[in-house]
Amino acid sequence: MRWRADPPLIRPAAALVAAVLVALNLGALVMVALRAEGGEGWQAADTAALRFTLVQAALSALVSVALAIPVARALARRRFAGRGALVALMGAPFILPVLVAVAGLLAIFGRNGIVNDFFGFLGFDPVSLYGLHGVVLAHVFLNLPLAVRLLLQGWARIPAEHHRLAAALGFGGWARFRHLEAPMLARVVPGVLAVVFLICLTSFAVALTLGGGPRATTLELAIWQAFRFDFDLGRAAMLAAVQAGLGFAALAALALVTRPEAALGGLDRVAPAPPGGLARAFDAVAIGAAGLFLLAPLGAVLARGLPRLASLPAPVWEAAGRSLIVAAASVVLLALMAAALTLAALRARWPEAVGMAALTASPLAIGTGLFIAVHPYADPAALALPVTALVNAAMALPFALRALIPAARRAEAEHGRLSLALGLSPGAHLRLVLWPRLRRPAGFALGLGAALSLGDLGVIALFSQPGSETLPMQMHALMGAFRMADAAGAAVLLMALAFGAFVGLERVIGGRHAGA
Amino acid sequence: MLELDVTIEQDGFRLAAALAVPRGARVAVMGPSGAGKSTLLGALAGFVPLEGWVRWQGVRIDGLPPAERPLSLLFQDHNLLPHLTVFQNVALGLRPDLRLDAGQRGQVEAALAAVGLEGVGARRPGQVSGGQIGRAGLARVLLRARPLILLDEPFAALGPALKRQMLDLVGQIATQNGATLLMVTHDPADARHLCDSVIVVADGIAAPPAATAPLLDNPPPALAAYLG
Repeated sequence: MRWRADPPLIRPAAALVAAVLVALNLGALVMVALRAEGGEGWQAADTAALRFTLVQAALSALVSVALAIPVARALARRRFAGRGALVALMGAPFILPVLVAVAGLLAIFGRNGIVNDFFGFLGFDPVSLYGLHGVVLAHVFLNLPLAVRLLLQGWARIPAEHHRLAAALGFGGWARFRHLEAPMLARVVPGVLAVVFLICLTSFAVALTLGGGPRATTLELAIWQAFRFDFDLGRAAMLAAVQAGLGFAALAALALVTRPEAALGGLDRVAPAPPGGLARAFDAVAIGAAGLFLLAPLGAVLARGLPRLASLPAPVWEAAGRSLIVAAASVVLLALMAAALTLAALRARWPEAVGMAALTASPLAIGTGLFIAVHPYADPAALALPVTALVNAAMALPFALRALIPAARRAEAEHGRLSLALGLSPGAHLRLVLWPRLRRPAGFALGLGAALSLGDLGVIALFSQPGSETLPMQMHALMGAFRMADAAGAAVLLMALAFGAFVGLERVIGGRHAGA
Repeated sequence: MLELDVTIEQDGFRLAAALAVPRGARVAVMGPSGAGKSTLLGALAGFVPLEGWVRWQGVRIDGLPPAERPLSLLFQDHNLLPHLTVFQNVALGLRPDLRLDAGQRGQVEAALAAVGLEGVGARRPGQVSGGQIGRAGLARVLLRARPLILLDEPFAALGPALKRQMLDLVGQIATQNGATLLMVTHDPADARHLCDSVIVVADGIAAPPAATAPLLDNPPPALAAYLG
């Protein structure tokens, strides 16, 4: 609208955020490209890493979505006690620190896990969780809930009127699927596949713990190994360039498959009763199996770790303190970046695009670039924590903007004219029109940012020296030393901090009655 | 006197209006759907760009920001902010930053009382009825006391009896403020009830106001086709 003046600092602030993000991504790419000569050039192991990265990401996406479809369908059409809690639980793995998930999966499916105990009882050989199947299993555990939630939104977008129409016209199960569900899935599934694929493409912590070796190394892990074991910056840079190129290509592909969704909201939510009989049993199995798959590993971590919580060694607590500081800095950065881009996005399209591509080059590629840039002048270890905070904030930014920008645009569309007609100043507009509608998504976004930062084991692994570990690094060290009980205790602490930070920020910033 | 000579063009849509509305007049704006009734009001209020000029009492107002124009506009929907109370929503008409002194609070209370909303001020729009939402919007119009009131069918979703009550309230407020009224309506009965003249918007032209009764008794072809 042509009458409202923007608050004076919004455009420069958004431009600054964009510049930082572009410098972070493209700058890293330039730095690694300059350095990427590599003594022995591209090796067979690198081809294997590239292939493994693509194969595990594709498999993880396919399995996650294939399993998510029946679960989402069952959750969409059934109403039962605890459904709300289960849908909320579907959000949990997203903020669950990856290492905690791995520890939980090892407790269930690992060599000494419950499943292998059962196999042993039956007389089978124990199954190992290490390798491709373990990596994929962990990715499915982490991404199945995300896929379910995205698909659930797809089901919710089928207007209730269409379900009534189907009932009125006497559609059977097949006709219902063909005319209502299949068209929706055709629109939604490619996007969900792409999102999970993209997330798994930069998998580091899972590959670090469950992969490794020539047959199960992702590019991110290979970057880290080139760094940590060989200190071969040229090789790390070459791998980082490939990883970043892969990220840009995948993001471009994602932009192609996810078309903007035309709003097709139904007028009400009262759909006719779902089919009973076999379909009902099938839905119950889908929901029960998904619930068990998601809850059992968490339960196992809690059971093993809780008793050790009080007797955790001092370095673990010190690492927890460092993690909290990094997360706090990361949340502040995230809030500043998200605020600038969200407000700027009300007037222009580019801030949204910039923010969504905030971490196109992978965390370790960015870390490698920064390391190369800083190395000649300063000790990169001194930058470990600030760099981690910044990369963590960039990591959470796309999710924050996905929650904030639509809410801001809706508030503006519904009440922008009223605000203009009444002559609200930019400050009053922000306070009375935008913030009440934004505080809930803002609480969610910042809570998510805090949890992601607390649980992140990524770029810090490149920079950090002994004595500056974060809690996930400390936990990884305990796992590496096979101090499993202490590792489980650290996992419980990490999980408590991540969930606590998420819930706390969501409550404090989002407010209990925010929005209307 | 409201005078205008404007052309509005939007995405291939075009509307021309050259007309004058005497001060204190009550004018219905009628015409087929999509003819540009809302667009005309939006242009007067400053939300739709226009070519030409608009004068109020001889002074051009088409260059002013919406809030500085001598008018209050009620939209079809979203006239209240859902997260503010009814009291606060009305108070926005007085102080857009909501920092009210005691005297201003009294004015808001008085406006609420005048539209029959005593005791409702503390509730939010989601907790009151459609009729009460309409009354709250009108309380703000009353409080702002601008000489021109534009209504873009804010009561379209209300039942006939309730809508009639609202229109009577509009009439009272217009009288009280000495305001000129332009209201979009689909219902000839509403026009006859409240308006002395009608602007017909059809075929890309907003015609000058014509006296209500003769026009509706003997409508021009475009309006006749629309009225059926």
